[in-house]
Amino acid sequence: MANAIELNINSTRHRVDVESDRSLLSVLRDDLDLTGSKYGCGEGQCGACTVLIDGKATRSCITTVGSVVGKRITTIEGLEQHGRLHPVQQAFIEADAMQCGYCTAGMIMSAAALLAGNSNPSNDEIIKNMEGNVCRCGTYQRIVAAIHKAAKA
Amino acid sequence: MTDEIIEELELEPERYELHAGPLLHFDLDRRDFFKVTGGGIFVLLALKGSLAQESGGGQRRGQGGAMPKEIGAWIHVAEDGSVTVYTGKVEVGQNIRTSLSQVVAEELRIPLTSVKMVMGDTDIVPYDAGTFGSLTTRMMSPQLRKAGAAAREALIDLAAEAAKVDRKELTVAGGKVIHAASKRSFEFGKLTHGQRVARVISDDVGVTPPGEWKIAGKSAQKVDARAIVTGKHEYSSDIKRPGLLHAKVLRPSAYGATLVSADSREAEKLPNVTVVKDGEFIGVAAKSESAAAKARESIRAEWKTAPQPSSRELFDYLRTNAGQSQGGGRGGGRPEAATGSIEKGLAEGDHKLQQTYTVAYIAHIPLEPRAAVAEWNDGKLTVWTGTQRPFGVRSELAQAFHIPEEKVRVLVPDTGSGYGGKHTGEAAIEAARIAKAAGKPVKLVWTREEEFNWAYFRPAGVIDVNSAVTRDGKITAWEFHNYNSGQAGIRTLYEVPNQLIQFHSTKTPLRQGSYRALAATANHFARETHMDELAHAVKMDPLEFRLKNLKDDRLRAVFEAAAAKFGWGKTKPAPGRGFGIAGGFEKGGYVAMCAEVSVDRTSSAVKIERVVASFDCGPVVNPDQLRNQIEGSVVMGIGGALFEAIEFEDGKLLNGRLSSYRVPRFSDAPSIDVVLVDRKDLPTAGAGETPIVGLAPAVGNAIFNATGIRARSLPMRLEKQIAQGAKG
Repeated sequence: MANAIELNINSTRHRVDVESDRSLLSVLRDDLDLTGSKYGCGEGQCGACTVLIDGKATRSCITTVGSVVGKRITTIEGLEQHGRLHPVQQAFIEADAMQCGYCTAGMIMSAAALLAGNSNPSNDEIIKNMEGNVCRCGTYQRIVAAIHKAAKA
Repeated sequence: MTDEIIEELELEPERYELHAGPLLHFDLDRRDFFKVTGGGIFVLLALKGSLAQESGGGQRRGQGGAMPKEIGAWIHVAEDGSVTVYTGKVEVGQNIRTSLSQVVAEELRIPLTSVKMVMGDTDIVPYDAGTFGSLTTRMMSPQLRKAGAAAREALIDLAAEAAKVDRKELTVAGGKVIHAASKRSFEFGKLTHGQRVARVISDDVGVTPPGEWKIAGKSAQKVDARAIVTGKHEYSSDIKRPGLLHAKVLRPSAYGATLVSADSREAEKLPNVTVVKDGEFIGVAAKSESAAAKARESIRAEWKTAPQPSSRELFDYLRTNAGQSQGGGRGGGRPEAATGSIEKGLAEGDHKLQQTYTVAYIAHIPLEPRAAVAEWNDGKLTVWTGTQRPFGVRSELAQAFHIPEEKVRVLVPDTGSGYGGKHTGEAAIEAARIAKAAGKPVKLVWTREEEFNWAYFRPAGVIDVNSAVTRDGKITAWEFHNYNSGQAGIRTLYEVPNQLIQFHSTKTPLRQGSYRALAATANHFARETHMDELAHAVKMDPLEFRLKNLKDDRLRAVFEAAAAKFGWGKTKPAPGRGFGIAGGFEKGGYVAMCAEVSVDRTSSAVKIERVVASFDCGPVVNPDQLRNQIEGSVVMGIGGALFEAIEFEDGKLLNGRLSSYRVPRFSDAPSIDVVLVDRKDLPTAGAGETPIVGLAPAVGNAIFNATGIRARSLPMRLEKQIAQGAKG
């Protein structure tokens, strides 16, 4: 049954009437018009749906909306602050670290979580942290370069 | 409904691409361009058969002669000076929104950001067969250069009239026509104000030579990069419409299954749920995706299935079901190449070699699965969907609903990739059928499992090569038979006096179609692996052996460029490592790759450590984005080379999800060095596909160099053989 649920997304409170077992991804996209997070596989294997839950990179396609009540949810739409891009967003543009761009939001969220906990990651640390995000266009080398660039920003 | 689509999809992928949709052409009299855009200057580029000549399209379509005159592109310079380009090409990550903008900006002498591209909207762009075959840069880019140049000339004419000076005294810069002598300048918008100038130009208008390019030929960032990094760019699956419903489709239990019965009474009782039954098609619509999924799950369906071949017996199946041999795309019936006598060539050689190579079915896995939003208004159907063939999908929709094509509008937002996998309109038709029944706009997003199961695959194939070589390294015989995977890249550029090269069509257990570079990957894998085997047989360096049998200057040049950057012949691989080289030609581009691999001592796992790729596609339009495409081809190629293969049994996939089908990830990506051979003196060619063909053979040859074990199947799963070889 649908219940009124309160979610804290990008520092704004949202009330939605949804079943608590629905995926966070579908509620973000279909009920709240936050379509920057993408569906790619539905089983937490590709990372296109990555959001931050209390700062931790989380696959929103396998996270129920009921499990994130009372937590801080950050989506790609919440990274830009007062018209200023997050350093990772800026670095992705500068490094041309995208082709079709469908994986980009998830990549940026995973990278932002990494840099929040490790301001100067090594190549190996970046690769290990990003291994769960798939870019079918194959821009991995550029994404690694973009994360290094953002770390220096 | 679905059956119709499958029948339309031709078995042979190249033919399928070239048969892509009927040749429609706009009736200029009926179309009022200014209704769409307002006043200004309109430049239409009328093609006079150049398209037919360059692509061989007329003959390939079996029509003979040149194609009818049609409109290739149009550019509009509005009364506010803004420049809009209309093209039927679509953006799927290959970055043509940026590169096409660059060539138009170049001709009009305006900043890149002043060009707006309207792409893939069938109501307002000229007909286009589709975005495939690396044709955008080869065909559309020259067309837009010409249209841009013609628009510039039209603006100069208007300024000459306004200034009452000879047009030769005028120059164009910064969105203005300038008369330097009188220090007067005329903004594009002012010149076109109140004007309705339509120019139809032929394709022989003078364009700026690549050597003089200032905006084209330079690296430029993706024009919509900011929208992408902020999550604002709307893909098809992000489109919202008033009253939008979400749809799900009931899928058969196996390929070829027929519906015996379906009980949907429970679903029909659910509130706010629409159930559509149309023959074997059953779909539902509801207010949320989860509600639609629940309604679908409540439908009890019984399917009748038949036994089908499995992936274990695939290659025997392809060979035993081979029908009449087919020539390649240029007439059919005859071999693709037949010169001299194979018998004679085999007799002349000192070493003979007969080997078989295989490639598996693989999936495209565009990260955005098929998705469509469909709505009906007064009998007119509008569909937003990610496809490489907007006009092809429009035809499919018109046929499916028995309505004229004028009653269908297909819009293609920049799409979450395709790689040749999105030529068809399945999701569009399904969404439209359900929307028609629901009487409201409907969104259908295929799940990843649906995309695996109900899209189509890169064809699997078997390739037999029979050859001979003299002691001093001259190839005397080359017999090459490809079963099923296709003709792209089947011809050899090596000099061989006795050749027989043939494609054989056969029955295919799975639905198959285009894939990035089509069969060129399979044919290059077989050819370039076999070349390595021959070099080994005559104890020659693999590069030296290739060059000895090669006259083609452009292929020689990329081999030499890649080898120089890699340091080929300068160093020996460290223990447990190997070097490999491979190269080839396809779709106007020449590629060579050198790879270094390492083999893990305990797991026998292969890691590609570094790749040097050299590429020549004529004049380079955007060097950084070209590098991006080549790097991407290398990474995508790793999957097909080392681990991707569809497994199936009795009409069901055994690994049709991302958790059981491995794709390249960050840790698989090697360090990639790209060497661009910029040939400003030649026609420009596309780059999205060809570089992928070099990767698998270069890696296989490097594995042989490291281990002495030869890979003759894609994917090369050699762990067991390497472990056994190491023990022995």
